[in-house]
Amino acid sequence: MEKSAKSFDVKKFMSNNAIIILIVMLAILTGCTTKNFFTITNFKNLVVNVSPRFIIACGVSGCLITKGTDLSAGRAVGLAACLSAMMLQSIDYSARMFPWMPDIPWPVALVIVMIIMGGFGAVNGIVISMLKVPPFIATLGMQTIIYGLCSLITNNQPMGGYKKSYLTVASGSLGPIPYLMIFAMIVGGYFLFLYNKTRHGKYMYAIGGNENAAQVAGVNVQGSLIRIYVLAGCMYALAGFLVGAKAGGASTATGMGYELEAIAACTIGGVSANGGVGRVGGILVGVLVFEILKICLQFLRVDPAYTYIAQGLVIVVAVALDLRKYLQKK
Amino acid sequence: MSEYRLEMRDVVKTFPGVKALDGAQLNLRPGTVHALMGENGAGKSTLMKCMFGIYHMDQGEVIYEGEPVQIKGPLDALNRGIAMVHQELQPIPERSIGENIYVGRYPTKKMGPLTVIDHDKMYEDAARVLKEVHLNFDARARLGSLSVSQMQLVEIAKAVSADCKVLILDEPTSSLTAAEVEALFTIVDELRSKGVSIVYISHKMDEILRISDEVTIMRDGQYIGTWSSKDLTTDFIITKMVGRELSELYPERHNTPGEVVFEVEDFTSINPKSFRHASFQLRKGEILGVAGLVGAQRTELMEGLFGLRAHTAGKITYNGKELRITQPKDAINNGIAMLTEDRRATGILGVLSIADNVSIASLNQYLIGGFMLDDAKIENLVQENVAKLSIKTPSSKTQIQSLSGGNQQKVLISRWLANDPDVFIMDEPTRGIDVGAKYEIYCIIAEMAKQGKSIIMISSEMSELIGMSDRIMVMCDGRVTGFIDGDKANQENIMALATQFE
Repeated sequence: MEKSAKSFDVKKFMSNNAIIILIVMLAILTGCTTKNFFTITNFKNLVVNVSPRFIIACGVSGCLITKGTDLSAGRAVGLAACLSAMMLQSIDYSARMFPWMPDIPWPVALVIVMIIMGGFGAVNGIVISMLKVPPFIATLGMQTIIYGLCSLITNNQPMGGYKKSYLTVASGSLGPIPYLMIFAMIVGGYFLFLYNKTRHGKYMYAIGGNENAAQVAGVNVQGSLIRIYVLAGCMYALAGFLVGAKAGGASTATGMGYELEAIAACTIGGVSANGGVGRVGGILVGVLVFEILKICLQFLRVDPAYTYIAQGLVIVVAVALDLRKYLQKK
Repeated sequence: MSEYRLEMRDVVKTFPGVKALDGAQLNLRPGTVHALMGENGAGKSTLMKCMFGIYHMDQGEVIYEGEPVQIKGPLDALNRGIAMVHQELQPIPERSIGENIYVGRYPTKKMGPLTVIDHDKMYEDAARVLKEVHLNFDARARLGSLSVSQMQLVEIAKAVSADCKVLILDEPTSSLTAAEVEALFTIVDELRSKGVSIVYISHKMDEILRISDEVTIMRDGQYIGTWSSKDLTTDFIITKMVGRELSELYPERHNTPGEVVFEVEDFTSINPKSFRHASFQLRKGEILGVAGLVGAQRTELMEGLFGLRAHTAGKITYNGKELRITQPKDAINNGIAMLTEDRRATGILGVLSIADNVSIASLNQYLIGGFMLDDAKIENLVQENVAKLSIKTPSSKTQIQSLSGGNQQKVLISRWLANDPDVFIMDEPTRGIDVGAKYEIYCIIAEMAKQGKSIIMISSEMSELIGMSDRIMVMCDGRVTGFIDGDKANQENIMALATQFE
C-alpha cells in the first residue's frame, strides 16, 4: 500500500489488509476443495458480475469521499434498466410496452438514459449542496421517489423481448474480453484520470478533507458537489443499462440493494467514512472482495442465508479496521 | 510522606514514528502552582495525558501521595483526585450547565427498584460549585447559551467539583478575555491556598511568571529542569525551551510602505452586532496590525472582506478599481489571500498531502491542455516552498495533520503565496505555534512586506502587534476606533482605543 515504510512490516501489512488476505485465502481454499473454481468460465462469470458493480461503486465513491452517500443508487440502476428496456425492445416483439417507440440504436438509448439519470443526480446534488439537506436523508428521499416513478412508468410489469444488438452488449466479447469488462475498464480509467489528474478530483478530496477549508481556499463547493452527484447518476445509468442487457429483462426490482453493496465495496476498498480518502484501485479491490466472497460461498454450497450474514460481517469488520487505522494515526 | 504530592519519573511514551516522551519527569508539591513549559510538540500535553490516564506510558512510574500507582483511565484519575481541564473543550452545548458538570458521574437516587438520576441534587451541587468559582450562571441553563470563554470557566468548575488534589489546566486562558483571566487567577489562588497542586500549561510568559511557584521546562519530550519562578526571566525560559539563544523576538524589517493600494469604506455587516462603518486604507508593502479585545469583530470584518461573511454596505477599492466580493473566490481572483484564525477548522485539509494542501488554491496554474494537472509542476512548487519556508516534512506526500502547528501554518502560507497575492490577510498567524517557529513566521511576513505585498495582521498578542506592525488599527465592538503608528504604539494607547465602547 504505502511505499513510505522502508522496512517491510509483515504484521502491519496483515492488519492493514486483513480482509483482502482472508478473501484470497478463502478463494484458494475454495479452489482446492471444489471443482471448476479456477476455470475460465468462472473467471468470466466473476468479471461479468464485477463490471456493473464496479461502475456503480465508482459513481458512489465521489459522494462518499465528500462525506456524503447516495442511497438512491440501487433504485437509479433499476430505473435506468427499465428506461433502457422501453427503448430497446425488439420491434417485432408482441408485448412491446410502447408500440409507437421507434427503433433506437443502443448507443443513443444509453446517452438518453445517462442524461435522464444525470438529471436525478443533479437534483440530489442541488438538494444536498444548496438546501443543505444531509446526503443520507436527501438520497433516501430520492430512492423512494425513483422507485415510485419506476413503478408508475412500468405499470409494475416486467419487461423483456430486447433486440439482439442490446443483448450483445452484455453477452458479446472482444476476443476473450467481455464487452462488459471493456465498459468497466473505460470507466475505471476515466475515474483514475478524474480523481488524480484533474481539478475536479483535487477539489473533491479537498471538500471531503475539510469542506470549510476548501471553501476558504476558493473551491466552488456547491458546483463540485453537484458535478459529483450528476456523474454518479450517469454511472448508475450506464450500470443499469448493462445490468438490463445482462439479465435480458428489467423490472422495478432490478438493482434492488445495489447501493448498499456499492457503499460496502467502497468502504472495504479504503474509501474512508471520514471523508477525503479513497482510490479507484481500492474500489476495484473492494468490489472484487465482495464478489469473490459470494462466488466462494456459492461453490462451497453455503446456504444463501449464511452468505448474507457473511457479507454483513465483512462490511462491519472492514469499517472497523478502517477506523482503527484512522485512530492509530492520531 | 515525601515532600511531593505527585511525582512522575523517567516517563517514556512512543507513538508510531515518534518518541513523544523520553525520560520526562515532574514533581508536584502540595499547594503550589507548577507551570509546565515547552514548545509545541515538547510533550507537555502528552505527559499530562499520561498522568490523567488517557495514555498509558511505555516506561516510568507515577508516585501519588507516596505510593506508586497505576492510573488506568480518566475515571480512575478522577476518583483519586486528579482532574484535568483540556486544551480543547468537549462541551455538550445542547445540555444544561449542571449536566455538563456532572456528566458521567451523575448523582443518583433510588426510585423503587430503579436507580435514577437525582436532578435536584445535581443542580443544587452544580449551583454550589459555580458559586465557589464565582460564576453567576443558572445551572439549569443550556451550556450553549454561554460564550466559549464562559464554557471554559464551566469546565474549570467541573474540575473543582471533583474535589481534586491535583488539577491540570492545559492552556486554560487561550480563549479568555483579560477580565476572565483575572477571574481564573482568583480561582487558582483560592485552590492553591486550599492545598491543591495545580499544573499550569500555557505559552503566555507573563501569566506563567505571575501565577506559578515553580516552572518545569521540557524540550523534545525530555526533562530540562525545574526552577523556582521568582528567579526566572522570560529570556531564560525561552532559551531553555528552544535550546538556543534568541537574540531578538522579532526580525528587523526593511519594508517601506508606499502608495495606498487597498481601501475599505463604510464596510458594514448584515449582522447589526457585528462590524459596521469600518473604513481603512492599506499601503503597498505595509504591515497593518489589527488590535482589539475578544468580540471586537476583527475576524468578522476580515472574513467579510474576503467574502466569507455577507455585508450590507461598503466599498472595497483596489488599485483604483472597485471590487465586488461575495465569496472567497472573488477575493482570491483579485489577489487577496487570507490565512484564517482557526487552522484546523478552516485551514488545513487534514487527511490530504502537503502537495495537495499547497496547490489547492492555485490549481488553475498547473494545467496541461486546459484540464490535466501537471504533477511535476506541482511537485516543483511544493519543493520550492518547502525549501524557501523551511517546512519540516518527510515528503510532499505526508498528510498535513501529522505536521506540527508551525509547519502546518507554513504550508498554508505557501498555499496562498502560490497565488502571488498583493494583499495578504493573516488572522492570528502565530496562534498555537512554538517560539522558534513564530520567529520564522515573522521573518516570512517581513520578507513579504519587503517584496511589496500589503499585509493585514490580526493578533491578540500585544507585543507581536507592536513588534511587527507599521501601523495598528484598533477595533472595539464592531467599530474601527483608531490608528496608531507602529513606533508610537504601546500597551496603554492600544488598550485605550480597544476599550472605547459607545
